[in-house]
Amino acid sequence: MRFTRMLRVGAAVAALALAAACGGGGGGTSGKSLAQRAKDTKKLTVGIKFDQPGLGQKTPDGKFEGFDIDVARYVAKQLGVDEGNIEFKKAESAQRENMIEKGEVDYVVGTYSINDKRKEKVSFAGPYFVTGQDLLVRADNTDITGPDALNGKKLCSVKGSTPAQKIKTDFSQQAELQEYGGYSECLTGLSTGKLDALTTDAVILAGYAAQNPGKFKLVGKVFTEEKYGIGLKKGDAEGRDAINKAIEKMISDGAWKASLEKHVGPAGYKIPDPPTVSEK
Amino acid sequence: MDFLSRYDLLGAFWVTVQLTVFSAIGSLVWGTVLAAMRVSPVPVMRAFGTAYVNLVRNTPLTLIIIGASLGLYSTLGLALADDTSGTFLKDNNFRLAVLGFVAYTATFVCESLRAGINTVPVGQAEAARALGLRFGQTLGIVVLPQAFRAVIAPLASVLIALTKNTTVASAIGVAEASLLMSEMIENESDKLFLVFASIAVGFVVLTLPTGLLLGWVAKKVAVKR
Amino acid sequence: MSAPSVLYDAPGPRARARNVGYTVAFCLALVAVAWFVLSGLNDKGQLDGQLWEPFVTDSRIWSEFLLPGMGTTLQAAAVAIVIALPVGAVFGIARLSDHAWVRAVAGVVVEFFRAIPVLILMIFASEFYFLFTDVSADSRPFWAVVTALVLYNGSVLAEVVRAGIQSLPKGQSEASLALGFRKTQTMTLILLPQAVTAMLPAIVSQLVVVLKDTALGGALLTLPDLLSQYKLIANNYNNTIPTLIVIAVLYIAINTVLTQLAARLEKRLSRRGRPPAGVREDHIEQQDVHLAETKTGDASGA
Repeated sequence: MRFTRMLRVGAAVAALALAAACGGGGGGTSGKSLAQRAKDTKKLTVGIKFDQPGLGQKTPDGKFEGFDIDVARYVAKQLGVDEGNIEFKKAESAQRENMIEKGEVDYVVGTYSINDKRKEKVSFAGPYFVTGQDLLVRADNTDITGPDALNGKKLCSVKGSTPAQKIKTDFSQQAELQEYGGYSECLTGLSTGKLDALTTDAVILAGYAAQNPGKFKLVGKVFTEEKYGIGLKKGDAEGRDAINKAIEKMISDGAWKASLEKHVGPAGYKIPDPPTVSEK
Repeated sequence: MDFLSRYDLLGAFWVTVQLTVFSAIGSLVWGTVLAAMRVSPVPVMRAFGTAYVNLVRNTPLTLIIIGASLGLYSTLGLALADDTSGTFLKDNNFRLAVLGFVAYTATFVCESLRAGINTVPVGQAEAARALGLRFGQTLGIVVLPQAFRAVIAPLASVLIALTKNTTVASAIGVAEASLLMSEMIENESDKLFLVFASIAVGFVVLTLPTGLLLGWVAKKVAVKR
Repeated sequence: MSAPSVLYDAPGPRARARNVGYTVAFCLALVAVAWFVLSGLNDKGQLDGQLWEPFVTDSRIWSEFLLPGMGTTLQAAAVAIVIALPVGAVFGIARLSDHAWVRAVAGVVVEFFRAIPVLILMIFASEFYFLFTDVSADSRPFWAVVTALVLYNGSVLAEVVRAGIQSLPKGQSEASLALGFRKTQTMTLILLPQAVTAMLPAIVSQLVVVLKDTALGGALLTLPDLLSQYKLIANNYNNTIPTLIVIAVLYIAINTVLTQLAARLEKRLSRRGRPPAGVREDHIEQQDVHLAETKTGDASGA
């Protein structure tokens, strides 16, 4: 008898678990534009990165800070939503389109490069920042001068990353590749000299350099162009225009530059000129 | 099935097989040493054996493998390959992974062997001692050979588990089967089931014969008592 | 041969001297390894107080990172084992069915999922949920991890259940049938309750396996578990190696508690000796053999 009760409890838990799993999704976004939704509910859900120093980082206070976070907050404010009413959600790179399509977030600000493949699924506002692939090396390194100087060097990147492959195919065929699950693993080897360079977008690298003052530097030879945009539901032209307006305002009133200087400036990273908002 | 030819499935599984074989040999040796320590007359060795098994067995393998890469190589600078070979990172990661698998799997080999030693009748060891054999001889010549014959089946499950555990090496970028699977899924998400099936079949092909063969061997060599 | 002393004589003067020699040599070797590790860590500044300090002085490192991570780990493991138990029971019973086709189907399913690495199942489940379901991005890694763990551990537990039922004395089911119980009643009222209580220690040690396997989800599937916290902590405090060590200690502590619990349960249950005296010895021996088997099955834990 005891067992049948156990079985029943087990079944109930399983059923509950399933229900929770299925009911968990969906932020209840209707067909309305996000600009309208923000005005009505005074609330927004924004997808960000949690583990990107300088851009989107979770701090020990349980808060978030970084350039992407500042952009997300600024845009929300322009849409009439206070800082306290923004709900931040972790948006891993591979999940960004899916989260937007399913309405789990209103928009995503998370090192999100605008490209045509993504545009099939989501709309972009911006760009709010233009960067490109670069290399991060130890501060005392002098022989790595660019992507073509990596033959025989140990290059680190994250799994399934196209940047690292690009270096091997286009610049330095003899480069050795180390792939990890995340960039922070690369930094351990980079700081002890067991790895020679880390590659990804320059501004991300600048975030890590700023986090470890005096330890790392950017090579500064950018060899691709990445335009960071704010991703939102496909076809929401009204929302896109509203966000574009907010980005333009952020650039023109100096908040854009101030935020960058605060979060990635300490790395000695030269802050590029603000982009022209072109996603119309 | 055309897309399968675009990926080096066999190559990836070959890495899995190599990881398994090298780790299996290493864990068998290290596991036997640990078991010997745990039954040895030297208290320090016994204590070390017990502590090692309890600590390592309770640590997630993923953590051990990441620790091998970040701790042993990146921090302590332990290089297990030729730095000038041009494939240093590939070789070094492979060997670090093997080292991690050996460290972890040996604890299970050790515990199986200890259980095996317990199946050997007390009289065997008593007779060996009566003949004047020392501890090393008693263990090496009389007890362990019988213990091994008794634990072929449990060791087979350890080997199968090891084969599957080699997938964890993908955490430090060793290009084995699961890393290939992630790559395939990223590029061909519409063929999810086909990708899964091809990788799954690979592992079934690797583990099923191992189990059957060693099960047969276990019956064949079992000490009849 | 439980006492190890059977393997060697009580040491005489020469053996004692030799043992002292071994002890010294072994200690020296241990010290050498420890020296290599510690001096290496020290060279790279990994022993600096400032890297370790936050774990003591900054409670936020616990409240924001480690404890929530541990919560996720425990939650995933608990949910997985709770669902895996009934699944395992069903398949274990199915493998003992009187109908050949039920046995065959259950056998194939169980053997298949036991042959596939949990990580492969996790990657598959995650992508499956991504493509075909509405599971939100937040909870997708969690359910992918749980699904994979249920499929794998359900299969393992099915074997545990099957062996547990088979180890029961035949008289149990015979008596039950003689009393007029039907097959289902015999199974659910007579056999399973006895088998499950006897298997409880094995189930608790399986929990250790499950708990360790959740770390796969943390490292390779973006589950915010205990292991994955090292990235977030290292981003804020620049102390990857100390963080990994602290996290390892936490895992070892949790798993040691569970292992002790399993050992204690095992002791208590074997003392209680539920079966009638006549079959008792046989039963316990079977159980021990069986437990030895499932313990080696532990190795499947990653």
